[in-house]
Amino acid sequence: MPTLFIPIHMRRHTGGADRVEVGGATLREALNEAGALHPALISEVVQGDRIRPGLAAVIDGEQTVEGLRSKLRSDSEVHFLRPISGG
Amino acid sequence: MTTTEQPQEYKVIGTRPIRHDGLDKVIGKALYGGDMKLPGLVWGAVLRSPHAHANIKRIDTSKASAAPGVLAVMTGADMPVAESIELETGEEVTNLAHASLKLMAHGRVTYKGHPVAAVAAVDHNTALEALKLIDVEYEVLKSVLTVDEAVAEGAPLVLPDHIGNDLGEKRRGTNVADHFRHEFGDLAKGFSEATVIVEREFSLTMVHQGYIEPHNATALWKSDGKIEVWTSTQGAFGVRSALAPILQVPETDIKVTPMEIGGGFGGKINIYLEPLSAILSKKAGRPVKIVMDRKSIFEATGPTPGGRIRVKMGANDAGEITAAEVDLYYEAGAYPGSPVGAGAMCSLACYRVPNSRIDGWDILVNKPKTAAYRAPGATQAAFAVESVVDEICRRLGMDPIEFRLLNGVKEGDRRADGPVFPRVGNLEQLQALKESPHYASHLDKVTKDGKLRGRGVANGFWFNGGMQSTVTINVNSDGEVGLVEGSVDIGGTRASVAMQAAEVLGLRAEEVHPVVVDTDSVGYTDVTGGSRTANATGYAAYLAAHNVIAAMKERAAILWEISADDIQFADGIFSSVSDSELRISFKELAGKLTETGGPLAASGSIRQRGSGGSFGAHLVDVEVDPETGKVDVIRYTAAQDAGKAVHPSYVEGQIQGGATQGIGWALNEEYFWTDEGTMQNSTFLDYRMPTSLDLPMIDTILTEVPNPTHPFGVRGVGETPIIAPVGAIANAIADATGARLTDAPMKPSRVLKAVKAVEDNGRS
Repeated sequence: MPTLFIPIHMRRHTGGADRVEVGGATLREALNEAGALHPALISEVVQGDRIRPGLAAVIDGEQTVEGLRSKLRSDSEVHFLRPISGG
Repeated sequence: MTTTEQPQEYKVIGTRPIRHDGLDKVIGKALYGGDMKLPGLVWGAVLRSPHAHANIKRIDTSKASAAPGVLAVMTGADMPVAESIELETGEEVTNLAHASLKLMAHGRVTYKGHPVAAVAAVDHNTALEALKLIDVEYEVLKSVLTVDEAVAEGAPLVLPDHIGNDLGEKRRGTNVADHFRHEFGDLAKGFSEATVIVEREFSLTMVHQGYIEPHNATALWKSDGKIEVWTSTQGAFGVRSALAPILQVPETDIKVTPMEIGGGFGGKINIYLEPLSAILSKKAGRPVKIVMDRKSIFEATGPTPGGRIRVKMGANDAGEITAAEVDLYYEAGAYPGSPVGAGAMCSLACYRVPNSRIDGWDILVNKPKTAAYRAPGATQAAFAVESVVDEICRRLGMDPIEFRLLNGVKEGDRRADGPVFPRVGNLEQLQALKESPHYASHLDKVTKDGKLRGRGVANGFWFNGGMQSTVTINVNSDGEVGLVEGSVDIGGTRASVAMQAAEVLGLRAEEVHPVVVDTDSVGYTDVTGGSRTANATGYAAYLAAHNVIAAMKERAAILWEISADDIQFADGIFSSVSDSELRISFKELAGKLTETGGPLAASGSIRQRGSGGSFGAHLVDVEVDPETGKVDVIRYTAAQDAGKAVHPSYVEGQIQGGATQGIGWALNEEYFWTDEGTMQNSTFLDYRMPTSLDLPMIDTILTEVPNPTHPFGVRGVGETPIIAPVGAIANAIADATGARLTDAPMKPSRVLKAVKAVEDNGRS
C-alpha cells in the first residue's frame, strides 16, 4: 500500500503517527483514504482541487508535476515538503 | 578530466562551440536594461528610508510635485491595496501584502533602504534633486538585527500583525516566522552508539550575490490599460506573475521583455523597481526608466541570510555516522521567507544518517528581505556540517574523502528529510576527486617565510529544479532554424539549449539560432535559476526538435507521395525505409517547404519533474600568514557530477564561478552593520569580492552519471559549486593552523585571533 509520510507539523492530526498506509491509485485517492481516518489532515495538504501552495508532494523521490492526479504504485512513498526555489 | 558511466556518441552534445550571443556581448552591442531608449522616455528615482525600523508619521511630496521637470510622484498610498494571501509567483510562494509592502512602504519602514516615495522627471538629475524636496517625518523604532536579538524576550516586533508557525501551531507576537522539523530514527540511541561526538555552533553574516549589472526597469503604462516592461530579470514570466496581482491588472495585459542580464545568481528573480516604474508611468503618461545605484542594491535587494547554526554529529570507531542533529536559525529579513527550508533539506543530504533531527527557524529581522543566492541556504548549512565532519575525521584519524565515501549517499539511500535518492553521482565525483593529481600532491605545511599551509575538503548537494519551459523552432528555407525560447541567457544557456536541438535535428550548433523573447511571444517559461535551464528548456528544445522531425517527415511523404510511416531520419538525412533511392537532407527538404505545405514551426513544452540532484566536492590548499591572519588560496580543485555536460566549457565556468563566489563568502564578504541597522560597506570597494588577482586557476573535474529524467542525461550544474567552498576553506585553515574557525567570513582579524589562541593554548 502507498505510504504517506506525515510531516511533524501535521502529526497532531494523525495522533502522532509519522506515516499512514492507505490504498489508492492516485494521490487524491490516497489522501481521501487518509482523510477518512484523519479528517483534519486534508486541509493541511489540499486547497480546493490542488496541493496547498507552499507544499510540494514528493512521490518516490521526485516532486510531482501532476498534483493530486499523480499516479501511485502499491509501494509508493509520498512526502510533503517545502517546495525548493533555486538561484 | 571527464568520466562517463554510459558513453554515448553525440555529434553536438559535449562539444564546445562559440556561444551565439558572444560577439554582441564582447563588442558591446548586446542591449541591457540600462540601454533602454524609447520616445518620450523619462527617468525615475526612489527615496529610501534612512532608518531600519520606523513609523512614517507624515510624507509631504508637494514641493517635489511642483518642481520644474517633475512629472509624477508616488508613495505607498499609490500602491493598490494588497490582500494578505499566499501567492505562487513563478517558483516562490509569497504573501501578496508583504510583497507589496516590501516594494514601497506604507505607514512603516522595516529595513534601511525601504522605498518610501518615487518620482519621475525629465532627466535623472532632476529626479534625484526632486527626492530632496520630499519631506518625511519618521518616528524611529528600536530595531532587531540578529536572530538572537529577534528571539529575545520582549524583542520589538518586525511585523506586529504576523502570525508565525511553530511546528504547526500558530503564534502571535513573535519574530519567528516559521519553525519546522525533520526527524528520523532514534537520536539518543544513535549518539549512544557513537565513539566520537562533535558539537559546534557556527555563525554567518548576510552576503550579497554581487552581480555587476544593477537592477533596472523601464515601464510604459499605455492608454489602453496595457503595460509593457523591459527589465533585467532571470525570468520574464515570473515578473509578469508578480506584477499582475500587485498592480491588480490581468496578466494578459502585461508584456515583459527580458533584456540581457549582467549577473543574477538568484538575486534577479524578485521584482523591485518594475511596479514603481509602472505606477510612475501611469501617472506621468510617459515611459519611465529606473536604474538602481549600488548602495541601494546592497541595502534594499535580497542578500542571502546570515544566522546561526548548531551541529552535533556522532560516529563509531569504523567511521560510520550514527546520529546527527542540526539547528538552523536563518535571518529572513523584514518579511518571512529565508531559504532555511532548503538549507535544512541539504544539510545532511551528502550522508547516510540513520538517526537525525533537523530544526529550522525563519526569523524576522530589520534587514532587507533575503532572496535566493545560488543553492539558497545550502552553503550556510554545509559550512557547519562539513566542518563538523572534518573534525570527526581528524579525531578518528580517517582520510576526509574516505570518510565521505564510506558514509556517502547513493541511489536508494534516504535523505534526512525523507525522500529516497534516485540515481545520483555522489560517490563517483568523490572518487574522482580522490584520484586527482591535486589530492595526490604533497603540500609543505610551513613555507620558508613562516606561512602555514593546509588542505581542506568539503562536499555539497543541491536538488536542482525542473519546472516549466517552452521552445518553438522555426525552419528556414536555407535549412537552418530559429529557436525561440523564454529562458533568459545566463551562463551560455542559449548555446546549451540550441545544442540539444541541433543534436536532434542533425545540424551544427551554429545552424540553430536562439532568440530570447518577451512573454507575448513564447509559451510559459519559468526562471533561469534553480539550475534548471539546460535541463528543462533543453528538454523542451529536444521535444520541439522531434516535433520538427515528425512534421518534416510528413513533408517528405508529400514530396515522395509515400506514407510518412515509411520515412526515417538519421544523421541529418530523411530516407524511405522501403526505397533506398529516396533520400533528402534536412537542408534540402527545408528548401521545399513552400511546395509541400508552407512554413513549418513546431513547439515543445514540458513541466520537468526534476533536474537531477547534483553533488560537488571541493579540495583547497590555503596559505595562512600567522602574523596578519590573511588567508590565500593557493590551489583549488572542484569535482562535480554534471549528468552530461552539454557544453563542458560552460559547466566548468559555472563550477569556477560558484567556487569563486564561495571563496569570497568564506574569506571576505559580509554585510558590516551599525547598531542601528545601516550597512557600512555598501560599495564594491568596501564589500570585498575576490578578483582574478586573488585566486589561482580553479581546476575542475566533471563526472557524468546520467540523469534518468533527461533524454541526454543532463543534470543542473549552476548552484552546487557554491556549497562546498566555505566548509572546505574552514577545514584547510584548521589543517594549516590547528584553529577551528566557526564564524564566516574567516577574515584576517578572526584568523589572527584564532591562531593566537592556538599558540597560547597549544595545538588542539
